[in-house]
Amino acid sequence: MLENLDSTLLARIQFAFTISFHIVFPAFTIGLASWLAVLEWRWLKTGNQVYADVYRMWVKIFAVTFGMGVVSGVVMSFQFGTNWSRFSDAGGSVLGPLLGYEVLTAFFLEASFLGVMLFGWNRVSPKMHFAATVIVAAGTLISAFWILSANSWMQTPQGFRVGQDGLLYPTSWLQVIFNPSFPYRFVHMITAAYLTTAFTVAGIGAFYLWRQRHVRHARVMFGMAMIMAIFVAPMQLVFGDLHGLNTLKHQPAKVAAMEGLWETERGAPLVLFGWPDQEEETTKYAVQIPKVSSLILTHDLDGEVRGLKAWPGDERPPVALVFWTFRIMVGIGMLMIATGVMAIVLFLKKRLFHTRWFQYWCMALTPAGFIAVLAGWFVTEVGRQPWIVQGLLRTQDATSPVMGSSIAISLIAFVVVYVFVFGAGSYYILRLIGKGPEDAEPAYGDHGVHKPPIVTGLAGEKGDRHV
Amino acid sequence: MFSFGSYVDLPLIWYGLIFTAIFLYVLLDGFDLGVGVLFPFAPSDQCRDRMMNSIAPFWDGNETWLVLGGGGLFAAFPLAYAVLMPALYIPVIIMLLGLIFRGVAFEFRFKATGKSRSIWDVSFHFGSLVAAFMQGVIIGAVVQGIKVDGRSYAGGAFDWLDVYSVMTGVAVVFGYALLGATWLVMKTENQTQAWARKCASYVIGYVALFLAIVSISMPIMSTQIRTLWFSLPNFFFLLPLPVASLVLLITIWRDLQTGREYRPFFLSFGVFLTGYLGIAISMWPYIVPFQITFRQAAAAPESQSLLLVGTVIMLPVVLLYTGYCYYIFRGKASHESAY
Repeated sequence: MLENLDSTLLARIQFAFTISFHIVFPAFTIGLASWLAVLEWRWLKTGNQVYADVYRMWVKIFAVTFGMGVVSGVVMSFQFGTNWSRFSDAGGSVLGPLLGYEVLTAFFLEASFLGVMLFGWNRVSPKMHFAATVIVAAGTLISAFWILSANSWMQTPQGFRVGQDGLLYPTSWLQVIFNPSFPYRFVHMITAAYLTTAFTVAGIGAFYLWRQRHVRHARVMFGMAMIMAIFVAPMQLVFGDLHGLNTLKHQPAKVAAMEGLWETERGAPLVLFGWPDQEEETTKYAVQIPKVSSLILTHDLDGEVRGLKAWPGDERPPVALVFWTFRIMVGIGMLMIATGVMAIVLFLKKRLFHTRWFQYWCMALTPAGFIAVLAGWFVTEVGRQPWIVQGLLRTQDATSPVMGSSIAISLIAFVVVYVFVFGAGSYYILRLIGKGPEDAEPAYGDHGVHKPPIVTGLAGEKGDRHV
Repeated sequence: MFSFGSYVDLPLIWYGLIFTAIFLYVLLDGFDLGVGVLFPFAPSDQCRDRMMNSIAPFWDGNETWLVLGGGGLFAAFPLAYAVLMPALYIPVIIMLLGLIFRGVAFEFRFKATGKSRSIWDVSFHFGSLVAAFMQGVIIGAVVQGIKVDGRSYAGGAFDWLDVYSVMTGVAVVFGYALLGATWLVMKTENQTQAWARKCASYVIGYVALFLAIVSISMPIMSTQIRTLWFSLPNFFFLLPLPVASLVLLITIWRDLQTGREYRPFFLSFGVFLTGYLGIAISMWPYIVPFQITFRQAAAAPESQSLLLVGTVIMLPVVLLYTGYCYYIFRGKASHESAY
């Protein structure tokens, strides 16, 4: 039975599984590392112990997450070869150096200074410790730079030629690295990572506020996260729109799938919801707003938008998956923007830290960023199908000469191990959250450290509990 | 597009660099995998805490050399990467799963309390053991040659598995245990150190035995290797390798008896270097033995050039700050949780 398994499909499932699991961790650590750097900077600048306590709590969560990111990432560096060897062979000369640079400029940096960050408190000066945090944060961004450049090249390849042997050879590194979709994808992803972290931190800060625990710490977490929601969530809408327009220019079939549009027309409608049917080449039960798709995509009510039928059947991505994951991503983005608006209103009413329903709301949105990041990656990766390198190499031609049964068994092993190991990791993170920041000072801190202004609001807080 | 292809022998440089990266990986992750191999045999939980603490700041950086080896192979010799990974599909994936179990144990163990802690002790030990064993199996499989057709692997799913590769797997486990034990002699004191010293003295006998088996068996198994080693004048150039190996092993053993703390660890590096050089020389000029040479597998000169620039600039920097991190955490490890 195992011999008849479709090895391309299995290889895709395995890759989708391992990469989806992996991306969750960097999406969190990119934002977390930068935030930790800000926290430590605030601590060094103000001497306010609350920042240090919050740092020490979150650095533990960072360590667990980073550890899981490392081990699931090592797997990725071998998956290209184990599952996509013909792609590795054909594209190695172009993509290999980008991944090589990622290791040389980012991975070593992160790995080495993470040790200082975690274990160096009593061994290096506070300034050196801060430097280590900043270096780790920079490492996460540099790493994202290279890997997103490589991924973007697979979406919008340029700067290469096809040799007589059928392999791809680089002709311009600047064109390869800064390929058309890279700047958009990079900004979109980094912003997404920051928002993911912000909403996780917001949810946990809200949890403490709701339970009236670690209130001073919670206000730092919640307050800083809300600043991100207010300013960065709307920016993400703009970045996302620009990224979409870039995709329309270079990968129009992906956009047609995102929009669920089959016919090429002027004044194309915006399909809000519906059920794209690949066989019947139509989107059933469509709820749509006339002309809005043209407006969004061409910034003109009567602009022409190409529908999926403009491509032969074997050059269309799986429409329903792209269509729906796109809506999940955008929907969560809208919820994030709404959170920012509510935060402004509550802040102006001086009720930001005391509004119960808003605390529930933020707790509910704790995993929102992760879901949005995964959904977004499904849009862009599934939307590129049937290509592994857009227009050049089909996914089905990129596989390894490995038997379906080997892939199936290793897939099962990955699923079992990941669920167990990363389940345990999540459990420990939840426990760290349950424990919360350890107070390095008694109640209202008179350690010679000046009182931060945020503490002053505390007295009235208990009375507001049931509002 | 720049290329140094006409000035320097790029494929040769990269052949050397890849072997160097893999060697640094073997040494650096070798000692912390070795600590994992020895882990359950330590006399007390406090010893185990010390053992873990002695490597906790370093393991992540050490494992990055593996990513550099994998990524570097992909970048510099994509054909070799594309042939070797499918050929070694199962052992590579088992190794990766082992590395997952041991890698997360560092964080989880400190967070766990009571019984669940022992789960991560087991996970750390068996993860390390399995990863070390599979790395040895991979070496054993590669030196026996890989079946290739055109630009693809042409063998079966289990070609890597035979008595010989299992033997090299066990050999690497003992080798890493030696590195781990001598590391602990250097980085711990009192009871843990005394135990580590005993371990090292015990393990070193097996290391010598396996080195001898590999050295004798390789020329017997392959005519290619036999002619390389036993033709004149090669024989006289290569003779110092096994001799050095023997001298090093004896010196380590004596150091362990006389109570030296630092030298056994660094001399163990030497033992690995002689063994590794022996294998590397036997592979020449193949990168996929005995089918694809490093020249045939080389990436475009432009690609090798670009990465060479980065390597020439970054590798010394990486080594510098890696050294700095080892310097920060110099001295003996304690058993207390560090953060």
